[in-house]
Amino acid sequence: MCLAIPGQLLEIVDEENRLAKVDVAGVRRTINIGLLDEDGVGVGPGDWVLIHVGFAMSKVDEEEAIATRRQLERMGQDYEAELEELKASVIE
Amino acid sequence: MRYVDEFRDPELGRVLATEILAAVEPGRHYKFMEVCGGHTHSIYKYGVDDLLPANVELVHGPGCPVCVIPMGRVDDGIALARRPEVIFTCFGDMMRVPGSEGSLLDAKAEGADIRMVYSPLDALRIAKSNPDREVVFFAIGFETTAPSTALTLKRARAEGVKNFSCMCSHVTIVPPLRALLDSPDLRLDGFVGPGHVSTVVGARPFEFIPADYGKPIVVAGFEPLDILQAIRMILAQLAEGRCEVENQYARVVPYEGNPRALEVMAEVFELRPHFEWRGLGFISQSGLKLAEAYADLDAELRFEVPGVRVADPKACQCGEVLKGVIKPWECKVFGTACTPERPIGTCMVSSEGACAAYYNFGRFAREREVV
Ligand code: SF4
Repeated sequence: MCLAIPGQLLEIVDEENRLAKVDVAGVRRTINIGLLDEDGVGVGPGDWVLIHVGFAMSKVDEEEAIATRRQLERMGQDYEAELEELKASVIE
Repeated sequence: MRYVDEFRDPELGRVLATEILAAVEPGRHYKFMEVCGGHTHSIYKYGVDDLLPANVELVHGPGCPVCVIPMGRVDDGIALARRPEVIFTCFGDMMRVPGSEGSLLDAKAEGADIRMVYSPLDALRIAKSNPDREVVFFAIGFETTAPSTALTLKRARAEGVKNFSCMCSHVTIVPPLRALLDSPDLRLDGFVGPGHVSTVVGARPFEFIPADYGKPIVVAGFEPLDILQAIRMILAQLAEGRCEVENQYARVVPYEGNPRALEVMAEVFELRPHFEWRGLGFISQSGLKLAEAYADLDAELRFEVPGVRVADPKACQCGEVLKGVIKPWECKVFGTACTPERPIGTCMVSSEGACAAYYNFGRFAREREVV
Protein backbone atom coordinates (compact mmCIF):
# COMPACT_ATOMS: atom_id res chain seq x y z
CA MET A 1 0.00 0.00 0.00
CA CYS A 2 2.95 2.31 0.38
CA LEU A 3 3.64 2.55 -3.31
CA ALA A 4 2.41 5.30 -5.59
CA ILE A 5 2.18 3.93 -9.11
CA PRO A 6 1.98 5.94 -12.32
CA GLY A 7 -1.00 5.65 -14.63
CA GLN A 8 -2.41 7.52 -17.61
CA LEU A 9 -5.93 8.93 -17.55
CA LEU A 10 -8.15 7.58 -20.31
CA GLU A 11 -11.54 9.14 -19.63
CA ILE A 12 -13.69 10.61 -16.90
CA VAL A 13 -16.37 8.02 -16.16
CA ASP A 14 -18.33 9.72 -13.38
CA GLU A 15 -18.21 13.53 -13.23
CA GLU A 16 -20.10 13.80 -9.97
CA ASN A 17 -18.06 11.26 -8.01
CA ARG A 18 -14.82 12.33 -9.72
CA LEU A 19 -14.03 8.87 -11.09
CA ALA A 20 -11.79 8.28 -14.09
CA LYS A 21 -10.54 5.26 -15.98
CA VAL A 22 -6.74 4.89 -15.97
CA ASP A 23 -4.24 2.63 -17.66
CA VAL A 24 -1.51 1.32 -15.36
CA ALA A 25 0.96 -0.80 -17.34
CA GLY A 26 -1.91 -2.25 -19.39
CA VAL A 27 -4.23 -2.73 -16.41
CA ARG A 28 -7.36 -0.59 -16.79
CA ARG A 29 -9.21 0.36 -13.66
CA THR A 30 -11.29 3.17 -12.21
CA ILE A 31 -9.76 5.57 -9.70
CA ASN A 32 -10.80 8.79 -7.97
CA ILE A 33 -9.26 12.08 -9.14
CA GLY A 34 -11.03 14.36 -6.65
CA LEU A 35 -7.87 15.21 -4.70
CA LEU A 36 -6.46 17.01 -7.74
CA ASP A 37 -9.55 19.13 -8.33
CA GLU A 38 -8.35 22.37 -6.81
CA ASP A 39 -4.77 21.93 -7.81
CA GLY A 40 -5.05 24.90 -10.13
CA VAL A 41 -4.27 22.59 -13.02
CA GLY A 42 -6.84 19.80 -12.74
CA VAL A 43 -6.44 16.61 -14.74
CA GLY A 44 -8.01 15.23 -17.90
CA PRO A 45 -7.60 12.42 -20.45
CA GLY A 46 -3.99 11.92 -21.51
CA ASP A 47 -2.54 13.20 -18.23
CA TRP A 48 -0.24 11.05 -16.09
CA VAL A 49 -0.85 10.75 -12.37
CA LEU A 50 0.67 8.93 -9.38
CA ILE A 51 -1.95 6.63 -7.84
CA HIS A 52 -2.11 5.57 -4.20
CA VAL A 53 -4.91 3.37 -2.76
CA GLY A 54 -7.19 4.17 -5.69
CA PHE A 55 -6.74 7.94 -5.64
CA ALA A 56 -4.67 10.17 -7.91
CA MET A 57 -2.16 11.91 -5.61
CA SER A 58 -0.27 14.13 -7.99
CA LYS A 59 0.06 14.97 -11.63
CA VAL A 60 3.43 14.17 -13.23
CA ASP A 61 4.83 14.59 -16.71
CA GLU A 62 5.15 11.63 -19.04
CA GLU A 63 8.91 11.35 -18.70
CA GLU A 64 8.68 11.20 -14.91
CA ALA A 65 5.84 8.67 -15.10
CA ILE A 66 7.75 6.35 -17.40
CA ALA A 67 10.97 6.60 -15.41
CA THR A 68 9.07 5.90 -12.19
CA ARG A 69 7.42 2.88 -13.77
CA ARG A 70 10.75 1.53 -14.93
CA GLN A 71 12.12 1.89 -11.42
CA LEU A 72 9.07 0.16 -9.93
CA GLU A 73 9.35 -2.71 -12.40
CA ARG A 74 12.84 -3.32 -11.10
CA MET A 75 11.40 -3.70 -7.61
CA GLY A 76 9.83 -6.91 -8.88
CA GLN A 77 7.64 -8.65 -6.36
CA ASP A 78 6.30 -5.59 -4.53
CA TYR A 79 5.26 -3.83 -7.71
CA GLU A 80 3.64 -7.00 -9.02
CA ALA A 81 1.77 -7.43 -5.75
CA GLU A 82 0.55 -3.84 -6.01
CA LEU A 83 -0.66 -4.46 -9.58
CA GLU A 84 -2.46 -7.62 -8.45
CA GLU A 85 -4.24 -5.61 -5.75
CA LEU A 86 -5.15 -2.97 -8.31
CA LYS A 87 -6.53 -5.69 -10.61
CA ALA A 88 -8.77 -6.91 -7.79
CA SER A 89 -10.12 -3.40 -7.28
CA VAL A 90 -13.60 -2.50 -8.56
CA ILE A 91 -14.25 1.14 -7.80
CA GLU A 92 -17.61 2.36 -9.03
CA MET B 1 28.80 0.06 -6.96
CA ARG B 2 26.89 -3.07 -7.54
CA TYR B 3 23.54 -1.70 -8.73
CA VAL B 4 24.53 1.65 -10.14
CA ASP B 5 23.97 0.41 -13.69
CA GLU B 6 20.28 0.00 -12.88
CA PHE B 7 19.86 3.68 -11.97
CA ARG B 8 17.90 6.01 -14.22
CA ASP B 9 21.21 7.66 -15.08
CA PRO B 10 24.15 5.49 -13.97
CA GLU B 11 26.70 8.19 -14.84
CA LEU B 12 24.96 10.67 -12.55
CA GLY B 13 25.00 8.01 -9.82
CA ARG B 14 28.78 7.76 -10.07
CA VAL B 15 29.18 11.54 -10.13
CA LEU B 16 27.01 11.93 -7.02
CA ALA B 17 28.93 9.22 -5.17
CA THR B 18 32.18 11.03 -5.96
CA GLU B 19 30.75 14.38 -4.90
CA ILE B 20 29.52 12.90 -1.63
CA LEU B 21 32.94 11.47 -0.95
CA ALA B 22 34.47 14.91 -1.58
CA ALA B 23 31.93 16.65 0.66
CA VAL B 24 32.47 14.64 3.85
CA GLU B 25 35.03 15.80 6.36
CA PRO B 26 37.31 12.89 7.15
CA GLY B 27 37.12 11.98 10.83
CA ARG B 28 33.58 13.29 11.22
CA HIS B 29 30.75 10.77 11.59
CA TYR B 30 27.45 11.67 9.93
CA LYS B 31 24.15 10.14 10.97
CA PHE B 32 21.16 10.84 8.74
CA MET B 33 17.67 9.48 9.19
CA GLU B 34 15.56 8.51 6.21
CA VAL B 35 12.07 9.03 7.52
CA CYS B 36 10.12 7.01 5.00
CA GLY B 37 9.87 3.22 4.64
CA GLY B 38 9.91 3.65 0.86
CA HIS B 39 13.40 5.14 1.15
CA THR B 40 14.54 2.30 3.41
CA HIS B 41 13.35 -0.15 0.81
CA SER B 42 15.21 1.57 -2.06
CA ILE B 43 18.37 1.94 -0.01
CA TYR B 44 18.65 -1.81 0.53
CA LYS B 45 17.28 -2.85 -2.80
CA TYR B 46 19.81 -0.73 -4.69
CA GLY B 47 22.66 -0.86 -2.23
CA VAL B 48 22.69 2.94 -1.84
CA ASP B 49 24.62 2.29 1.38
CA ASP B 50 27.45 0.80 -0.63
CA LEU B 51 27.91 4.08 -2.49
CA LEU B 52 28.37 6.08 0.70
CA PRO B 53 31.62 6.67 2.52
CA ALA B 54 31.94 4.58 5.70
CA ASN B 55 31.48 7.62 7.95
CA VAL B 56 28.01 8.38 6.54
CA GLU B 57 25.46 6.28 8.39
CA LEU B 58 21.79 6.00 7.51
CA VAL B 59 19.26 5.20 10.22
CA HIS B 60 15.73 4.16 9.45
CA GLY B 61 12.89 6.30 10.68
CA PRO B 62 9.29 5.67 11.71
CA GLY B 63 7.70 6.30 8.31
CA CYS B 64 6.29 2.86 7.60
CA PRO B 65 2.57 3.10 8.36
CA VAL B 66 2.15 -0.60 9.09
CA CYS B 67 5.17 -0.78 11.40
CA VAL B 68 3.87 1.84 13.81
CA ILE B 69 0.48 0.18 14.55
CA PRO B 70 0.54 -1.08 18.16
CA MET B 71 -0.59 -4.57 19.13
CA GLY B 72 -3.62 -3.38 21.04
CA ARG B 73 -4.95 -1.72 17.92
CA VAL B 74 -4.70 -5.00 15.99
CA ASP B 75 -6.51 -6.77 18.85
CA ASP B 76 -9.28 -4.16 18.68
CA GLY B 77 -9.58 -4.72 14.93
CA ILE B 78 -9.80 -8.48 15.40
CA ALA B 79 -12.48 -8.04 18.07
CA LEU B 80 -14.56 -6.05 15.58
CA ALA B 81 -13.87 -8.52 12.78
CA ARG B 82 -15.15 -11.41 14.90
CA ARG B 83 -18.63 -9.88 15.26
CA PRO B 84 -20.98 -11.94 13.12
CA GLU B 85 -22.63 -8.93 11.47
CA VAL B 86 -19.31 -7.35 10.46
CA ILE B 87 -17.36 -7.55 7.23
CA PHE B 88 -13.94 -6.19 8.19
CA THR B 89 -11.88 -4.62 5.40
CA CYS B 90 -8.23 -3.56 5.42
CA PHE B 91 -5.16 -3.16 3.22
CA GLY B 92 -3.27 -6.37 2.48
CA ASP B 93 -0.21 -5.16 4.42
CA MET B 94 -2.21 -5.15 7.67
CA MET B 95 -3.19 -8.82 7.45
CA ARG B 96 0.01 -10.28 8.92
CA VAL B 97 0.66 -7.67 11.60
CA PRO B 98 0.75 -9.59 14.86
CA GLY B 99 -1.74 -8.82 17.62
CA SER B 100 -1.35 -10.34 21.06
CA GLU B 101 -3.24 -13.47 19.97
CA GLY B 102 -2.53 -13.73 16.29
CA SER B 103 -3.06 -11.58 13.23
CA LEU B 104 -6.06 -10.64 11.12
CA LEU B 105 -4.97 -13.43 8.78
CA ASP B 106 -5.27 -15.93 11.65
CA ALA B 107 -8.69 -14.53 12.57
CA LYS B 108 -9.77 -14.92 8.95
CA ALA B 109 -8.62 -18.54 8.94
CA GLU B 110 -10.74 -19.05 12.05
CA GLY B 111 -13.82 -17.84 10.20
CA ALA B 112 -14.00 -14.05 10.64
CA ASP B 113 -15.17 -12.27 7.48
CA ILE B 114 -12.07 -10.20 6.71
CA ARG B 115 -11.46 -8.90 3.20
CA MET B 116 -8.37 -7.29 1.73
CA VAL B 117 -9.05 -4.15 -0.26
CA TYR B 118 -6.90 -2.04 -2.55
CA SER B 119 -8.77 1.17 -1.81
CA PRO B 120 -11.18 2.53 0.83
CA LEU B 121 -13.57 2.98 -2.11
CA ASP B 122 -13.54 -0.82 -2.55
CA ALA B 123 -14.64 -1.11 1.09
CA LEU B 124 -17.48 1.33 0.42
CA ARG B 125 -18.57 -0.70 -2.61
CA ILE B 126 -18.64 -3.87 -0.48
CA ALA B 127 -20.90 -2.01 1.98
CA LYS B 128 -23.28 -1.00 -0.78
CA SER B 129 -23.54 -4.55 -2.13
CA ASN B 130 -24.05 -6.08 1.34
CA PRO B 131 -26.78 -3.88 2.83
CA ASP B 132 -27.61 -6.46 5.52
CA ARG B 133 -24.05 -6.48 6.93
CA GLU B 134 -21.93 -3.88 8.72
CA VAL B 135 -18.78 -3.03 6.77
CA VAL B 136 -15.86 -1.62 8.78
CA PHE B 137 -12.79 -0.15 7.07
CA PHE B 138 -9.56 -0.30 9.11
CA ALA B 139 -7.93 2.97 8.02
CA ILE B 140 -4.17 3.20 8.46
CA GLY B 141 -1.47 5.40 7.01
CA PHE B 142 0.08 8.83 7.22
CA GLU B 143 -1.19 11.97 5.48
CA THR B 144 -0.46 10.18 2.20
CA THR B 145 -3.46 7.91 2.75
CA ALA B 146 -5.72 9.89 5.10
CA PRO B 147 -7.21 12.18 2.38
CA SER B 148 -8.39 9.08 0.48
CA THR B 149 -10.23 7.83 3.57
CA ALA B 150 -11.66 11.33 4.04
CA LEU B 151 -13.06 11.49 0.50
CA THR B 152 -14.50 7.98 0.89
CA LEU B 153 -16.28 8.99 4.12
CA LYS B 154 -17.61 12.13 2.45
CA ARG B 155 -19.04 9.99 -0.32
CA ALA B 156 -20.57 7.49 2.14
CA ARG B 157 -22.23 10.44 3.85
CA ALA B 158 -23.45 11.98 0.58
CA GLU B 159 -24.94 8.66 -0.57
CA GLY B 160 -26.44 7.88 2.82
CA VAL B 161 -24.66 4.52 3.15
CA LYS B 162 -25.72 3.48 6.65
CA ASN B 163 -23.81 0.22 7.05
CA PHE B 164 -20.31 1.64 6.49
CA SER B 165 -17.97 2.82 9.21
CA CYS B 166 -14.29 3.47 9.75
CA MET B 167 -11.87 2.40 12.48
CA CYS B 168 -9.51 5.30 12.10
CA SER B 169 -5.84 4.65 12.87
CA HIS B 170 -4.38 7.36 10.68
CA VAL B 171 -1.27 9.06 12.02
CA THR B 172 0.55 12.29 11.29
CA ILE B 173 4.22 12.64 10.43
CA VAL B 174 5.39 15.67 12.41
CA PRO B 175 4.79 14.55 16.07
CA PRO B 176 6.91 11.36 15.90
CA LEU B 177 9.76 13.35 14.31
CA ARG B 178 9.56 15.84 17.16
CA ALA B 179 9.52 12.95 19.65
CA LEU B 180 12.63 11.47 18.02
CA LEU B 181 14.41 14.81 18.04
CA ASP B 182 13.57 15.21 21.73
CA SER B 183 14.85 11.73 22.54
CA PRO B 184 18.28 11.71 24.15
CA ASP B 185 19.10 8.32 22.56
CA LEU B 186 19.61 9.76 19.19
CA ARG B 187 22.07 12.19 17.75
CA LEU B 188 21.16 12.93 14.16
CA ASP B 189 22.87 15.30 11.73
CA GLY B 190 20.04 15.61 9.24
CA PHE B 191 16.97 14.09 7.63
CA VAL B 192 16.06 12.68 4.25
CA GLY B 193 12.43 13.86 4.27
CA PRO B 194 9.52 11.69 3.15
CA GLY B 195 8.34 12.07 -0.45
CA HIS B 196 4.76 10.86 -0.68
CA VAL B 197 3.55 12.34 2.60
CA SER B 198 4.91 15.64 1.36
CA THR B 199 2.78 15.58 -1.80
CA VAL B 200 -0.07 16.15 0.66
CA VAL B 201 1.44 18.23 3.49
CA GLY B 202 4.13 19.95 1.43
CA ALA B 203 7.61 20.74 2.73
CA ARG B 204 6.55 23.62 4.98
CA PRO B 205 5.57 21.50 8.06
CA PHE B 206 9.22 20.40 8.35
CA GLU B 207 10.47 23.94 8.91
CA PHE B 208 10.52 23.28 12.68
CA ILE B 209 13.44 20.88 12.19
CA PRO B 210 15.95 23.56 11.18
CA ALA B 211 14.19 26.29 13.16
CA ASP B 212 13.84 24.49 16.53
CA TYR B 213 16.51 21.80 16.32
CA GLY B 214 19.11 23.23 13.97
CA LYS B 215 19.15 20.23 11.60
CA PRO B 216 18.84 20.22 7.83
CA ILE B 217 16.11 18.25 6.05
CA VAL B 218 15.83 17.51 2.33
CA VAL B 219 12.53 16.09 1.03
CA ALA B 220 13.46 13.36 -1.46
CA GLY B 221 12.00 11.06 -4.11
CA PHE B 222 12.30 7.28 -4.04
CA GLU B 223 14.82 6.46 -6.69
CA PRO B 224 18.35 5.71 -5.54
CA LEU B 225 19.50 8.84 -7.41
CA ASP B 226 17.01 10.95 -5.47
CA ILE B 227 18.32 9.62 -2.18
CA LEU B 228 21.96 10.18 -3.17
CA GLN B 229 21.15 13.68 -4.32
CA ALA B 230 19.36 14.44 -1.04
CA ILE B 231 22.38 13.22 0.94
CA ARG B 232 24.64 15.42 -1.15
CA MET B 233 22.33 18.39 -0.49
CA ILE B 234 22.36 17.75 3.28
CA LEU B 235 26.17 17.50 3.23
CA ALA B 236 26.37 20.78 1.29
CA GLN B 237 24.20 22.50 3.90
CA LEU B 238 26.42 21.19 6.69
CA ALA B 239 29.61 22.19 4.88
CA GLU B 240 28.32 25.71 4.17
CA GLY B 241 26.89 26.15 7.67
CA ARG B 242 23.34 26.39 6.29
CA CYS B 243 20.38 24.70 7.87
CA GLU B 244 17.06 24.70 6.04
CA VAL B 245 14.27 22.72 4.40
CA GLU B 246 15.13 21.87 0.82
CA ASN B 247 13.00 20.03 -1.71
CA GLN B 248 14.87 17.57 -3.91
CA TYR B 249 11.54 16.12 -5.13
CA ALA B 250 10.06 19.38 -6.46
CA ARG B 251 9.04 17.57 -9.66
CA VAL B 252 6.29 15.92 -7.60
CA VAL B 253 6.09 17.75 -4.25
CA PRO B 254 4.80 21.35 -4.16
CA TYR B 255 6.24 23.29 -1.21
CA GLU B 256 2.72 24.07 0.02
CA GLY B 257 1.37 20.55 -0.47
CA ASN B 258 -2.06 19.69 -1.87
CA PRO B 259 -4.65 22.23 -0.63
CA ARG B 260 -7.65 20.08 -1.60
CA ALA B 261 -6.30 17.05 0.30
CA LEU B 262 -5.54 19.18 3.37
CA GLU B 263 -9.01 20.69 3.22
CA VAL B 264 -10.87 17.34 3.16
CA MET B 265 -8.68 16.01 5.97
CA ALA B 266 -9.45 19.05 8.10
CA GLU B 267 -13.16 18.58 7.44
CA VAL B 268 -13.38 14.87 8.23
CA PHE B 269 -10.74 14.29 10.92
CA GLU B 270 -9.61 15.83 14.15
CA LEU B 271 -6.50 15.18 16.23
CA ARG B 272 -6.68 12.66 19.05
CA PRO B 273 -5.22 14.00 22.30
CA HIS B 274 -2.71 11.13 22.13
CA PHE B 275 -2.14 7.97 20.15
CA GLU B 276 -0.03 4.92 20.89
CA TRP B 277 2.82 4.11 18.48
CA ARG B 278 4.43 0.74 18.27
CA GLY B 279 7.68 0.93 20.21
CA LEU B 280 7.50 4.71 20.63
CA GLY B 281 4.70 4.79 23.21
CA PHE B 282 2.05 7.50 23.43
CA ILE B 283 2.70 10.63 21.41
CA SER B 284 0.36 13.55 21.90
CA GLN B 285 -1.66 14.89 18.96
CA SER B 286 -0.17 12.32 16.61
CA GLY B 287 -3.24 10.35 15.55
CA LEU B 288 -6.48 11.20 13.78
CA LYS B 289 -10.06 10.30 14.59
CA LEU B 290 -13.30 11.21 12.89
CA ALA B 291 -14.50 14.73 13.60
CA GLU B 292 -17.74 15.40 15.50
CA ALA B 293 -19.69 15.84 12.25
CA TYR B 294 -18.69 12.35 11.08
CA ALA B 295 -19.05 10.62 14.45
CA ASP B 296 -21.89 8.42 13.13
CA LEU B 297 -19.37 6.80 10.73
CA ASP B 298 -16.88 6.07 13.52
CA ALA B 299 -16.67 2.29 14.10
CA GLU B 300 -15.24 2.86 17.57
CA LEU B 301 -18.44 4.67 18.57
CA ARG B 302 -20.82 2.43 16.65
CA PHE B 303 -19.52 -0.78 18.24
CA GLU B 304 -18.14 -1.77 21.57
CA VAL B 305 -14.36 -1.67 20.96
CA PRO B 306 -12.30 -3.14 23.80
CA GLY B 307 -9.61 -0.44 23.58
CA VAL B 308 -6.90 -2.95 24.37
CA ARG B 309 -3.45 -1.86 25.48
CA VAL B 310 -0.83 -4.55 25.15
CA ALA B 311 2.83 -4.11 25.94
CA ASP B 312 5.15 -5.02 23.06
CA PRO B 313 6.52 -8.55 23.41
CA LYS B 314 9.72 -8.73 25.43
CA ALA B 315 11.83 -10.12 22.62
CA CYS B 316 10.76 -7.36 20.26
CA GLN B 317 13.05 -4.40 19.73
CA CYS B 318 10.98 -2.64 17.10
CA GLY B 319 10.96 0.52 19.20
CA GLU B 320 14.73 0.78 19.09
CA VAL B 321 14.70 0.02 15.38
CA LEU B 322 12.02 2.66 14.75
CA LYS B 323 14.09 5.16 16.70
CA GLY B 324 17.18 4.19 14.78
CA VAL B 325 18.98 3.23 18.00
CA ILE B 326 19.84 -0.26 16.78
CA LYS B 327 20.13 -1.76 13.33
CA PRO B 328 17.52 -4.41 12.51
CA TRP B 329 20.04 -7.24 12.60
CA GLU B 330 21.06 -6.24 16.10
CA CYS B 331 17.65 -7.34 17.41
CA LYS B 332 18.04 -10.68 19.17
CA VAL B 333 15.27 -12.42 17.27
CA PHE B 334 16.07 -10.98 13.82
CA GLY B 335 16.04 -13.68 11.15
CA THR B 336 15.60 -16.46 13.70
CA ALA B 337 12.34 -16.23 15.64
CA CYS B 338 11.29 -13.17 13.62
CA THR B 339 11.05 -13.50 9.83
CA PRO B 340 8.72 -12.02 7.19
CA GLU B 341 6.77 -15.30 7.16
CA ARG B 342 6.35 -15.36 10.96
CA PRO B 343 6.92 -11.83 12.21
CA ILE B 344 7.14 -11.05 15.92
CA GLY B 345 7.43 -7.35 15.38
CA THR B 346 5.78 -5.08 12.84
CA CYS B 347 9.01 -3.93 11.16
CA MET B 348 9.26 -7.40 9.67
CA VAL B 349 5.78 -7.34 8.12
CA SER B 350 5.63 -4.80 5.35
CA SER B 351 8.37 -4.79 2.76
CA GLU B 352 8.80 -1.11 3.69
CA GLY B 353 9.68 -2.09 7.25
CA ALA B 354 13.34 -1.73 8.16
CA CYS B 355 13.69 -5.33 9.34
CA ALA B 356 12.04 -6.81 6.26
CA ALA B 357 14.14 -4.59 3.98
CA TYR B 358 17.30 -5.75 5.74
CA TYR B 359 16.15 -9.35 5.71
CA ASN B 360 15.44 -9.28 1.98
CA PHE B 361 18.28 -7.19 0.64
CA GLY B 362 20.53 -6.07 3.44
CA ARG B 363 23.07 -8.83 3.66
CA PHE B 364 25.82 -6.94 1.83
CA ALA B 365 25.21 -3.80 3.82
CA ARG B 366 25.45 -5.82 7.00
CA GLU B 367 28.76 -7.34 6.05
CA ARG B 368 30.08 -3.90 5.30
CA GLU B 369 29.08 -2.64 8.73
CA VAL B 370 30.46 -5.63 10.55
CA VAL B 371 33.94 -5.27 9.12
S1 SF4 C 1 13.57 -8.42 14.15
FE1 SF4 C 1 11.38 -8.54 14.52
S2 SF4 C 1 11.12 -8.15 16.69
FE2 SF4 C 1 13.21 -7.51 16.17
S3 SF4 C 1 12.99 -5.33 15.76
FE3 SF4 C 1 12.76 -6.38 13.79
S4 SF4 C 1 10.53 -6.72 13.56
FE4 SF4 C 1 10.92 -6.15 15.71
